[in-house]
Amino acid sequence: MSAEKFVFRSRMRTLTDHAVTALSIGATVVVVIPLVAIFIYLLIKGVSSLNLDFFTKLPAPVGESGGGMANSIVGSGVLLAIASAMGVPIGIAAGIYLAEFGRGTKFANAVRFTADVLNGVPSIVMGLAIYSLVVVPQGRFSALSGGIALGIMMIPTVCRTTEEMLLLVPHAVREAALGLGVPNWRSVLSITVKTASSGIITGCMLAFARVAGETAPLLFTAFGNPFMTTSLNQPIEALPLQIYVYANSPYDDWHRLAWAGALVLILLIVIAVSLVRYVTSRGVLKGAS
Amino acid sequence: MPEIRVSTHSVPSEVPVGDSQPAQQGAAPADISAMRKFLLSRSDSALTDRLFHWLMVLCALSIFVIVALIAWRLVVSSELTWHKFGLGFFYKTFVDPVTGNPQYWDPVNEHFSALPFVFGTLVSSLLALIIAVPLGVGLAIFMTEMCPKALRGPIAFLTELLAAIPSIIYGLWAVFVLVPLLREHVNPILVTLLGWTGLASDDNPTGLGFFAAGVILSIMILPIISSLTREVMSAVPHSQREAVLALGATRWEMIRMGVLRNARIGIVGGIILGLGRALGETMAVTMVIGNTPEIHKSILSNGTSMAAVIANEFSEAVSDVHRSALIEIGLALFIVTIIVNAIAQLLVWAVTRGTPSQAH
Repeated sequence: MSAEKFVFRSRMRTLTDHAVTALSIGATVVVVIPLVAIFIYLLIKGVSSLNLDFFTKLPAPVGESGGGMANSIVGSGVLLAIASAMGVPIGIAAGIYLAEFGRGTKFANAVRFTADVLNGVPSIVMGLAIYSLVVVPQGRFSALSGGIALGIMMIPTVCRTTEEMLLLVPHAVREAALGLGVPNWRSVLSITVKTASSGIITGCMLAFARVAGETAPLLFTAFGNPFMTTSLNQPIEALPLQIYVYANSPYDDWHRLAWAGALVLILLIVIAVSLVRYVTSRGVLKGAS
Repeated sequence: MPEIRVSTHSVPSEVPVGDSQPAQQGAAPADISAMRKFLLSRSDSALTDRLFHWLMVLCALSIFVIVALIAWRLVVSSELTWHKFGLGFFYKTFVDPVTGNPQYWDPVNEHFSALPFVFGTLVSSLLALIIAVPLGVGLAIFMTEMCPKALRGPIAFLTELLAAIPSIIYGLWAVFVLVPLLREHVNPILVTLLGWTGLASDDNPTGLGFFAAGVILSIMILPIISSLTREVMSAVPHSQREAVLALGATRWEMIRMGVLRNARIGIVGGIILGLGRALGETMAVTMVIGNTPEIHKSILSNGTSMAAVIANEFSEAVSDVHRSALIEIGLALFIVTIIVNAIAQLLVWAVTRGTPSQAH
């Protein structure tokens, strides 16, 4: 190889290297832009339309200004309570099974795989399934069916985080408990699960935050309701459902409310995600291991 | 001058070892130790222990039951359409007797064909992948190989947030910010660039359509693609990078030969997982795709997707056939996402946990 050719090639290689560096920095910037844009826009739009009425008043009829989303906030609360009551215990128990009892077995692998499948089921399909499983036999749209749909969506996240957190607990801790004559079930509940509890709680919060913003599974289960209700047998409003209806409406006043609702929803989620990050970065189990 | 990293721990085999199961590394073995077995065998609370064990098994089993119930109900409730249209439901078209134009979705005369919805879902998801894959992989390369430590945390946090934002908020933002932006600034450029191919025509003044759906979907699947790519890239042992660097490679050559080549299966898995999410995404797509059951060559025209038509029409469907047709679309979506997710999981596992056969 002649000298010029060599110099040329090495220059080309350096150039490609710089080009790729620039490209990936560019990609990072392009990714960060929409996120920042969404947040800034949400803050500007949301803060200016957020007031006390938003939390205390019912939606105003078309044509009247003002009004709030009190019914959807209460409704979201009811739906999330049902969902957590169902999704959290089942998810944690399944996670305990995967980490403590079924480790390495074929059945556990199958459960893990099915949980991942369930996690990937589109939320709209979940809505359809719960519609024909709960709404049709019950004969009406109801808060209960919406809560069940959200609860099922919580299970995989809770289950997998619980498993991962329990796997972090050192074996010595379990053996120490068993060695003191503690029965296995107590050793699991008050030693292993307790050691991993902050991690498990953050997993639950993550699942909670995820389903709090779900709209599609509620479209034909909770359905929406312009009045305040806490009855499990009645259709009920939820924050994301209300945002959807208001965003598609032609009224500026409703658009304002939709932005305010979106801000409330995103604050809830940002708080949950930050907490998760704080707890996991602190190293939940450093003291234990 | 590329940054030289010295690996702090030696990796025993060529198979990259992930850190998804930290308990398996270090002192703690994966299966129950002899000590623990012995201690368990001496336990005198066998009955409560067994009860507790079975309670946990029951809860694990319930996950199977839920998936099976979902599949069973979807199959049963879509039987009507299945008997009436068969497999042709997904590809047949009807000819309108009056105008002679092709007709796909006519609830009044009970003519149903899912073709435009399948088309819309595929087109919007593919557009999303075309936009998101280079950006996601670029971001992952930046974060694993180039990023200063101080920046890594904040960027990871931002992408995590991006993943946690609900679909409805993306939709809201897309309707009021993204669509006007595309309509005023991006679509005219696309028309001048691609107008001659017919892939972008300016006959849709709304700004809604396949392209808007693809853009918002790409923002939504970016975090999945980049975080999985990051995970498999960090699973590549440092010795691989060091070996390539020692041969005099530049940083890009090191990334290409040492990292990407080893992680490519996992990266494809991450992309497929992103595709799975894009296929089933509902709210944001419904709000920007335009919701017209038509098939057009231009990516700027209105369309609809499988998830969007269910969200729009299901609660207003009056006839049994209409409802059953929508559920069959849901069933198809269910099956496709299961297959797509399963493939993706296997590919990601193959990289982060050794080959799939070793995972058992």
